[in-house]
Amino acid sequence: MKGLASGVGLMAFILCSSLLVYSFPQSALAFILFESSLLLIYYVPTPGKIKLFLSSLVLVILMPFLGSLNGYYLEVAIQVGIYVALALGLNIVVGLAGLLNLGFVAFFAIGAYLWAIFGSPQANEFIPGSLFPLSPWWFFVFLPLSIFVGAFTGALLGLPVLRLRGDYLAIVTLGFAEVIRSLVNNLDKPINFTNGPRGITPIEKPPLFFQPVLEFFGFGASPASLYPFYFYFVVLFLVAMIIVVTRRLDNSSIGRAWKAIREDEIAAAAMGVPVVRMKLLAFAVGASFASAVGVVFAAKQVFINPESFTFMESIGVLAMVILGGMGSIPGTVLGATVVTVVNLQLLKGLSLWLNSLRQSGIILTLPFLGTFDLSQIPAQFEPAKYERMVFGLVLILMMIYRPQGILPPRRGEAKSDGAP
Amino acid sequence: MDFALSILPSVLVDGIVLGFMYALIALGYTMVYGVLEFINFAHSEIFVIGAFVGVEIFLMLEASGSLIALHPAFVLLVVLFAGMISSGLMAMGLERVAYRPLRGTPRLVPLISAIGASLFLQDFVRFVESLWRNTFYLSYPSLDLLEKSVKLGAMTEVPVKSILVIVTALIMLFVLYFFVNKTKLGMAIRAVAQDPATASLMGIPVNRIIALTFFVGGAMGGVAGVLFGLHYSLVNPYTGFIPGLKAFTAAVLGGIGNIPGAVLGGIVLGLLEAFAASYLSILTDGTFGAEYKDLVAFIALILILIFRPKGLMGERVREEGA
Repeated sequence: MKGLASGVGLMAFILCSSLLVYSFPQSALAFILFESSLLLIYYVPTPGKIKLFLSSLVLVILMPFLGSLNGYYLEVAIQVGIYVALALGLNIVVGLAGLLNLGFVAFFAIGAYLWAIFGSPQANEFIPGSLFPLSPWWFFVFLPLSIFVGAFTGALLGLPVLRLRGDYLAIVTLGFAEVIRSLVNNLDKPINFTNGPRGITPIEKPPLFFQPVLEFFGFGASPASLYPFYFYFVVLFLVAMIIVVTRRLDNSSIGRAWKAIREDEIAAAAMGVPVVRMKLLAFAVGASFASAVGVVFAAKQVFINPESFTFMESIGVLAMVILGGMGSIPGTVLGATVVTVVNLQLLKGLSLWLNSLRQSGIILTLPFLGTFDLSQIPAQFEPAKYERMVFGLVLILMMIYRPQGILPPRRGEAKSDGAP
Repeated sequence: MDFALSILPSVLVDGIVLGFMYALIALGYTMVYGVLEFINFAHSEIFVIGAFVGVEIFLMLEASGSLIALHPAFVLLVVLFAGMISSGLMAMGLERVAYRPLRGTPRLVPLISAIGASLFLQDFVRFVESLWRNTFYLSYPSLDLLEKSVKLGAMTEVPVKSILVIVTALIMLFVLYFFVNKTKLGMAIRAVAQDPATASLMGIPVNRIIALTFFVGGAMGGVAGVLFGLHYSLVNPYTGFIPGLKAFTAAVLGGIGNIPGAVLGGIVLGLLEAFAASYLSILTDGTFGAEYKDLVAFIALILILIFRPKGLMGERVREEGA
């Protein structure tokens, strides 16, 4: 009965916050409140079915509805989804298996370029004829294909380097990501595979197969207005699949083997865990997630170039996993959401606010400090430009004060302390 | 072929200059690894801070008009010294704030903290320079002395800049060699690198020696930063990343923890890179050009770590127990 009561309370919170967003569609604060209802659903003790019902209510019905009021929210939600999926992939490698991968973005890039090259006229450059771009339906072939390609490249990289010590592994994966980025940047000659720094565009989007159905029911809408919702649901589906797979893996013998390796590699090997094979599997699974997300990213962006796949992206995803809690699925989701929202809404919002201050022409007089002409604030101070500082502080402070993250994994009681 | 031969001397000089620069930076990685078994990822920013302190002093001297009045050798000495001290102090401070609280934690924890410190420092430098100069892309003013070149033989000209880098690096390396091998403090550093617990029992203040190691490694990075600025002129807060990664490669190439190894690794890598930059396009008929020189260094890193992780001169392995 108590569970039901809290369920009703949660429902009230969700409705209130969505009402707030509905009345103030431009307020970032209202939207953040609405987003936090998901966190509340996770925290408040209610039966699992109610949680599932409420979170699907929020994600499947309310979110797209509110997104139709302010398109930017839907964009934020899609970005959050993409980063959640990436962070969940890295969580398997770093969080569960304890392998620090600093080049995670390379697999993301591989997936993105896989679809970008064949889903645009680019492939005509090196395959004779004008077969390309492939029809949009191929998107659904490339999505599963990218999972295999990602897993394959992950294993390919992992095979030689997984015998290395943890810190060497980190640097090698970093080097690998730089190699991939450099190749993508330079492989526009002698044969034009990637179009170099100019990037690839236009990339095909997945087909709007449901449009006739919508029209049949009288919802005639232009493709341009449908795509954000479409991508939102594609990303939501991807994230849901990744969460299901990660949870199943986490609770299986594979997940236990990963955690055993993370805690003590030698002990794990002594207990008969096939260490190298398990590490390879972790690498491959993480890479396949990233690569699948890459396909969706390329289709959503329409244009991609090497700039989207820098070292900073890898670090951003790492910061998400560490902030949320390595090895914890809700933690990783939370970390990815917080970092993305901070990046997209908070920092940008602050920058806009600073801009408006500058244009207001107010001259501020402070006691003891003298007067400040606000129009003199240098443009260099825009907080949106200091994401490295934010990520850096997150990493240092989390390591010093809370290395287990905001939401550490619940079954993490088997720590290695006390062992000789 | 004639063309390939004719550029050989300048390629060699470029490679050696680059190599000494990598060697100076690599020393910071290798010394810290020696005492703490930890990759100081933020060392590339220590290097950048040296470069920025150097350019700031240059610009201040230029603004006050004394750049022309003072003897260039004196100016260079002041700038190098300032870059050295500030980078050394920065490295020490970093150790105190971001690494010391994490000693004794699993390996990846301080590494992640170091990555955080690296990112933080990049934007910190950017912030300070934006506040101070309203731009964060700075360039070293040119000194007449450095723009000249010395004729060696019939057709080879060596720029004074390159000579400056090589001579300074050699002096620094000699001083470091003397310091580590012939002084009491150097002996303490070696003792801590060998076995911190026993060193502590022998009355060596391990924490202070670790701080000193950071200072010395940072100072080498600072000198490299100033030399980098003098040689390539342009600096920005993010310049450190690629040289840092390559210097780390050099340290691994030579055998991490091994001081002479870092120097050897730096020079080998510098030569490799200079040759790749000049000869790759000749060898492949222009198919692959100088843009692949970064790739050469990273592929070298991956190959070394896979096939000979202890490096050319062997990794200095800490003696376990007995």
